[in-house]
Amino acid sequence: MTDYLLSILIFLPLLAGFIVVLLPKSLEPKSKFIALAVSIINLLISIYLFRAFDGSATGYQFMEQKPWINLDLGNFGTFSIQYLLGVDGISLPMVLLAGIVMLAGAVSSMSIDRRPKAFYTFFLLLTSSIFGCFVSLDFFLFFLFFEFMLLPMYFLIGIWGGERREYAAMKFIIYTLVGSVFILVVMLAMGLSVNAPMNSETPTFTFDFRHLADAKNYISGSVLDQSSSIEWLGWPVRSILFILLLVGFGIKLPAVPFHTWLPDAHVEAPTSISVVLAGILLKVGGYGFLRIGIGFFPEEALNFAPWIAGLGVVSIIYGAFNAIAQDDLKKLIAYSSVSHMGFVFLGFAAFNNEGFNGAIYQMFSHGLLSSMLFLVVGVIYDRTHNRLIQNYRGLAGKMPLYTGAVIIAFFGSLGLPGISGFIGEFFSLLGGFSSPHLSKWFPSIAVLGIVLSAVYLLWALQRMFFGNFWVNRDLKDQMHDLNIKESILLYGLGALAILYGVWPALLLDVTNKSVEFFLQSIGQ
Amino acid sequence: MSLIALIPLFPLIGFLINGLGYKKIPKAIVAPVGIGAALLSFITTVLVYFQFKADGQTIIQPLFDWITVGGLNISFAFQIDQLSIIMLFIITGVGTLIHLYSKGYMSHDEGYGKFFAYLNLFLFSMLLLVMGANYLIMFIGWEGVGLCSYLLIGFWNKRSDFGDAARKAFIMNRVGDLGFLIGIFLIIRQFGTLEYLSVFEQAQGLEMGNISIMFITFCLFIGAMGKSAQIPLFTWLPDAMAGPTPVSALIHAATMVTSGIYMVVRSNVLYTLSPDTLEFIAWIGTLTALLAASIALFQNDIKKVLAYSTVSQLGYMFIGLGVMAYTSGFFHVITHAFFKALLFLGAGSVIHAMSDEQDISKMGGLWSKIKITAATFLIGTIAISGLPPFAGFFSKDEILAHVFEHNKAMWALAMVGSFMTAFYMFRLFFLTFTGKFRGTKEQEDHLHESPSSMTIPLIVLAGLSIVGGFIGFPEIFHLPHALADFLSPLYDGSRAVNPEFGLVHLSHSTEWMLMGFSVLLAAVALGVAWFIYVKKETQPADPSQLGGIKKVLADKYYLDEAYQIAFVKPVEKASQFFYSTIDKKAIDRVVEGTGDLTSLLNRLSTKLQTGSTGFYILVMSIAVAAILILNMGTEIADQFFSIFNAQTK
Repeated sequence: MTDYLLSILIFLPLLAGFIVVLLPKSLEPKSKFIALAVSIINLLISIYLFRAFDGSATGYQFMEQKPWINLDLGNFGTFSIQYLLGVDGISLPMVLLAGIVMLAGAVSSMSIDRRPKAFYTFFLLLTSSIFGCFVSLDFFLFFLFFEFMLLPMYFLIGIWGGERREYAAMKFIIYTLVGSVFILVVMLAMGLSVNAPMNSETPTFTFDFRHLADAKNYISGSVLDQSSSIEWLGWPVRSILFILLLVGFGIKLPAVPFHTWLPDAHVEAPTSISVVLAGILLKVGGYGFLRIGIGFFPEEALNFAPWIAGLGVVSIIYGAFNAIAQDDLKKLIAYSSVSHMGFVFLGFAAFNNEGFNGAIYQMFSHGLLSSMLFLVVGVIYDRTHNRLIQNYRGLAGKMPLYTGAVIIAFFGSLGLPGISGFIGEFFSLLGGFSSPHLSKWFPSIAVLGIVLSAVYLLWALQRMFFGNFWVNRDLKDQMHDLNIKESILLYGLGALAILYGVWPALLLDVTNKSVEFFLQSIGQ
Repeated sequence: MSLIALIPLFPLIGFLINGLGYKKIPKAIVAPVGIGAALLSFITTVLVYFQFKADGQTIIQPLFDWITVGGLNISFAFQIDQLSIIMLFIITGVGTLIHLYSKGYMSHDEGYGKFFAYLNLFLFSMLLLVMGANYLIMFIGWEGVGLCSYLLIGFWNKRSDFGDAARKAFIMNRVGDLGFLIGIFLIIRQFGTLEYLSVFEQAQGLEMGNISIMFITFCLFIGAMGKSAQIPLFTWLPDAMAGPTPVSALIHAATMVTSGIYMVVRSNVLYTLSPDTLEFIAWIGTLTALLAASIALFQNDIKKVLAYSTVSQLGYMFIGLGVMAYTSGFFHVITHAFFKALLFLGAGSVIHAMSDEQDISKMGGLWSKIKITAATFLIGTIAISGLPPFAGFFSKDEILAHVFEHNKAMWALAMVGSFMTAFYMFRLFFLTFTGKFRGTKEQEDHLHESPSSMTIPLIVLAGLSIVGGFIGFPEIFHLPHALADFLSPLYDGSRAVNPEFGLVHLSHSTEWMLMGFSVLLAAVALGVAWFIYVKKETQPADPSQLGGIKKVLADKYYLDEAYQIAFVKPVEKASQFFYSTIDKKAIDRVVEGTGDLTSLLNRLSTKLQTGSTGFYILVMSIAVAAILILNMGTEIADQFFSIFNAQTK
């Protein structure tokens, strides 16, 4: 049983999705419990994996390997696609985060009553593909899950979204499809260039992450051979493909200027889908870029380090400025996501232990805090269907529990020490400062982000929560404090954010060794 | 569990009890928990002091390995040495008194439990700040006290201007923290560690004027400018008076705002290595001392006068540090903690008696009504004015003597500030406690002395304000300077890198003269204030009636307005521009443009699909003909024909 834990993470939600589809009409309201149960089981498995993981070892653990598609091309060679799963200290935090966020999403979507069967089918498909993305060790398999996430997401926004849901869903699809095409191109080029090290006369073309990460396996003379001099429009092909990955994953992260799908998607998406989107979907961009972009194109990545850092810093500052300009709370938080995810790129560009660990920590922490923030918006929206900041004042007196949760989420988000966000931002910045590959200007400018985040978050806090209680329109009676479900969700996530803020070793013990190993493998 | 770890643990537990049990715990338990936590912490400090005094060696108490990333290892450890033990005494000692005072002062407030929870959280953060054995723990405490300051300034957050004040305080402090953070990164780059002992030991191997040390010390000092309210980051502190008065006394006078001085003294080796930074600090201190004192001259809000006075006194402390008289600067931290806490609590007692009135133009003649408050306030006033033999005299005079040796112009400016200090403090005292009562009838009927939980702290602090200076007699008195002797081991590093450190060249006669002069000046200021406000019974002017330079001073040099124009507006403008112009008009236009392009092509191609076979054949023939004509003789035509021929064979 424990040999197939990673497969269970993927196939349990998939199976549950089929069951939900087949549910008779009378049992339709029960579908939310199926999703909830699956989310709980997946979280428990993730926690088990996290505990059982050997942080002192290098390489992948809990591996599963099955040949999947073998295409014999005669003299040309063999095309081998595997069903290959495994986790290391880089992907495992994302698996745990997926477990936490998907459960939060499942709980917060329990109030969805429109077409629940369809909703939960998509939700479970999404769950399956998100876990699949983080545990796949075969590029083909990874890409399959990566693509597969778009479909349920498109429908979840397009059907259960707000007024402009179709526009938002379309924008989401256009952006991410462009990104996917870029990544697909790289994948195909990889498949034609890498030979699995086997004792056969003809080459075995492979998508195995472990082989792709090793320069020795690239067939000499192939498109992606390290010493290849193939150029296109005067650029080395490897550099072009790296740029494709940078943009492809940059859209997902999202990095400015590839970010404008995010505010729209968030504003239109229902609360639980916003939670999933910000909490875990964006991390696929960061994770994919690290594993594939940097892992398989180390030299190009290093050459482009100032560009990666530049994208990060621009996102941090630009996102923060945009957040200041918002009067819709959800949009403000969406832009704050852009700003905070900028630290991830900054950390990556550092090419050192501090930076990589910081970026991973930042992703994990942002997952917790942004889930919390979108749940915070959901609380208001559920009560009044209005998210404009100026329509609320003095909520603190009326909703003390809610205000407490908001304060934890806001201060965590603005990087207060003692809450997880601080560790991630601290080490991403420290990485930038101690990196020989970057000008000190990058982190020096990025630091301004911590002042700007205080500006917009405290401004929102003051406008909505302080002062005398006042709510626009006749919504006063509906402004009741958190119910049990909301309290558990918000304070549970808040407790986790504080736990990872005061005890960073919980995560760093898992990531440290793998990051070190990863850095070695890319020659740092 | 060692005793040392208990010191911050008590307030943390107090915070958790009152914080989690907010509104469920009865009032009768809230105060004992809050005060008890502070008191237990104080008692533990005393015990730790004896443990430390046994051999006088620095104690490092590691609690756990905290963060390990790559080669960087940051431990969670506490450091007990001469500096931290004194800070512990101030924080827990004054802290306990102010907790006790709050029991009476806040007794009618509905947020009673919340208030004690925040106060305990503040104590915890402040203790982390001074006890940490490395810069990261200091930074955590540093930001933690900022959070508590925010929560407590905005404690009565129903008033939106109070919310503004809280936000301003946090953001201005954040600007400073940004410098501190960069300083930390530079320390890691330079030394590969953040542990004090290791950093200072390595620093001793560097030469004076080292450029990266200059950057480090400068960046750290930016943090101090924010937290300790120095130019240009001081304007938050006067606004912070929006918080309840015990908060002003504890956080915004006695403890938190002196963190910057603590940090510099803690890092004295680094600062000694960087004379340029020290010179900068000394001038910032001088300008701040002068600027704030001049603003205080025409303020009518009792707490605002004290707030500007705090800014000004902090300036004096930095002057001391800047001229490398670390002990003198720190000496002033100690005496200031006594007399400024006393003055604020006294002001609170006045406000309490006056039914929440803070305007001194509505007070007067309170001496006979609230005798204990008045007498203790007088003691505080004398102490801050620098009249012997009260506490402020010793510490301020020591700073001034060092400044005289360092730079005569700076000394002259400092003396001007000192004169203003004595003047505005006695102005405050006379306007509040002498003459005729100027308030309303109801206020007069309601006048009463505060309960004992409030007056006991006043009496204790008054006592300390009288005798507190005796821990540092000047050399010319031929009495021991206990503080200097005690702190001496802290400066071993500074002595090692700068052989000049700690040597005084002033002759005894010069020192007597300086001392005589500053006492005379303070006495003159007292006399002038007495003449204007007691003899001539001048009423405090309404700020709107003032003209010329007085108006500029009363309006605080229009700095808030200037900051509004220089920073706040541009940020708002920039954010609007980024959002509505770049995000909406530029980027989204491109994205939607690709969508439009697709649908345009779609519409065009739809038109082509007429369904008429004749039309298709026509288009095809034209196309083929066009290809043939345009590419006659080219490869494409060749290929076309070869394929065509091959198929027709």
